[in-house]
Amino acid sequence: MYAFNYLKAQSVADAKSKVAAATDGKLLAGGQTLIAAMKLRLAAPSDLIDLGGVAELRGVKAGNGELTIGAMTTHADVAGSADVKRRIPALADLAGQIGDRMVRHMGTLGGSIANNDPAADYPAGLVGLGAAVVTDRRTIDADAFFTGMYETALEPGEIITAVRFPVPQRAAYAKFANPASRYALVGVFVAQTSGGVRVAVTGAGPVVFRVSALEAALTKRFVPEAVEGIAIDANGLNADMHAGAEYRAHLITVMTRRAVEVANA
Amino acid sequence: MTIPLSLTVNGQAVRADVEPRTLLVDFIRDHLRLTGTHIGCDTAQCGACTVHVDGQAVKSCNMLAVQAADRAVTTIEGIAAADGTLHPMQAAFRDHHGLQCGYCTPGMVMSALDLVASDPAPSRERIREALDGNLCRCTGYQNIVVAVEAGARAMSGER
Ligand SMILES: Cc1cc2nc3c(=O)[nH]c(=O)nc-3n(C[C@H](O)[C@H](O)[C@H](O)COP(=O)(O)OP(=O)(O)OC[C@H]3O[C@@H](n4cnc5c(N)ncnc54)[C@H](O)[C@@H]3O)c2cc1C
Ligand code: FES
Ligand code: FES
Repeated sequence: MYAFNYLKAQSVADAKSKVAAATDGKLLAGGQTLIAAMKLRLAAPSDLIDLGGVAELRGVKAGNGELTIGAMTTHADVAGSADVKRRIPALADLAGQIGDRMVRHMGTLGGSIANNDPAADYPAGLVGLGAAVVTDRRTIDADAFFTGMYETALEPGEIITAVRFPVPQRAAYAKFANPASRYALVGVFVAQTSGGVRVAVTGAGPVVFRVSALEAALTKRFVPEAVEGIAIDANGLNADMHAGAEYRAHLITVMTRRAVEVANA
Repeated sequence: MTIPLSLTVNGQAVRADVEPRTLLVDFIRDHLRLTGTHIGCDTAQCGACTVHVDGQAVKSCNMLAVQAADRAVTTIEGIAAADGTLHPMQAAFRDHHGLQCGYCTPGMVMSALDLVASDPAPSRERIREALDGNLCRCTGYQNIVVAVEAGARAMSGER
């Protein structure tokens, strides 16, 4: 790892000015992705601005038919939160399936969505629930936030402060985990929301996406059989040593069916 | 350039000057000479480097030492009694052949203790889930699961 200056932010405003003052500053959340990248010298920031001590970025708030979760809330805290378990159990379940116990103790919501790994779990949860990403300067709809592989709508220096999740009527996340890495080979988040049925898929493509054919079928009947026989086009889907594009396409329908089963249980 | 760092390690206050890029595992092993915490992969995969920070298991190869500032770190050296009597979880690993070469064992024990702290009587399925981030190349896991189950029982006073 190359040397860097380490700065501890006291608040969001402080983090903002520290990032602005640095030549090539980067925010440090849980470090579960960033430190690994720095060890490999894939990232070599001049300054690391640690958000670990910023209390205002941590925690879950419930109210107004939604949950607001701070960017620095760890996966373990989301999985264990009584509010999340009661109002959006599917989201607690998703957070509890990220990586392993140790990763969940360090990794954060903000870090995960800023990184936007094509196989990460949270992007499916945000898009599936129609969430909104709150930053130090604006609010971005989840549908517009994840723009490409490891790409988001964030501007340079923009800091995610929280995510607002509307509470759905029912929802579930079904993940087919890569047996080695635990990332999603395919993960499908299904939700019945006030704005209609949403089906968001992670792991299968370069970036999270919705599947209108599945949403239309589930709008007619929100039962597992409704998606039976719906074939997903494998064109453009990921193919690697773990799974081909056609297998991933097949898994999308299978995981959707499983998610609907759980949502209705 | 180094910066000052203070934290608690196994109940003792520690102060040191470290480079910000120092990993927690290197600080523990090279600065403090606590070599019970192992480095198996150095890529956050194997869990051999697992320690507790404020009571939560983390992979110390994937964390900066400065991220542990003002926090309490517990390593495998911190769990046995002062006279060297093994912690009941360590004793269970020995009694149930939960190790062969022993390389993964410190991390396994620290993860097991993290699990038992939140679930004093975990099922075998829960144990397997909780050890998801700890790899063992020797045992085939069977006896590790048995050992954790027995260690949890011993910790709650049953034998
Ligand atoms: C062994 C292992 C297994 C894993 N398995 C999974 C898995 O199954 N599913 C999954 O989804 N993920 C998985 N992960 C990734 C994990 O969830 C990471 O925690 C996450 O991707 C990054 O979060 P972090 O808090 O560690 O962020 P960091 O690594 O600290 O930061 C990541 C990036 O986000 C930026 N950033 C951080 N916070 C903010 C903010 N508030 N605003 C703007 N930018 C910010 C940083 O500058 C950096 O570029 C795994 C990781 C490991 C090591
Ligand atoms: S050495 Fe840290 S996880 Fe393998
Ligand atoms: S006992 Fe050898 S790696 Fe686990």
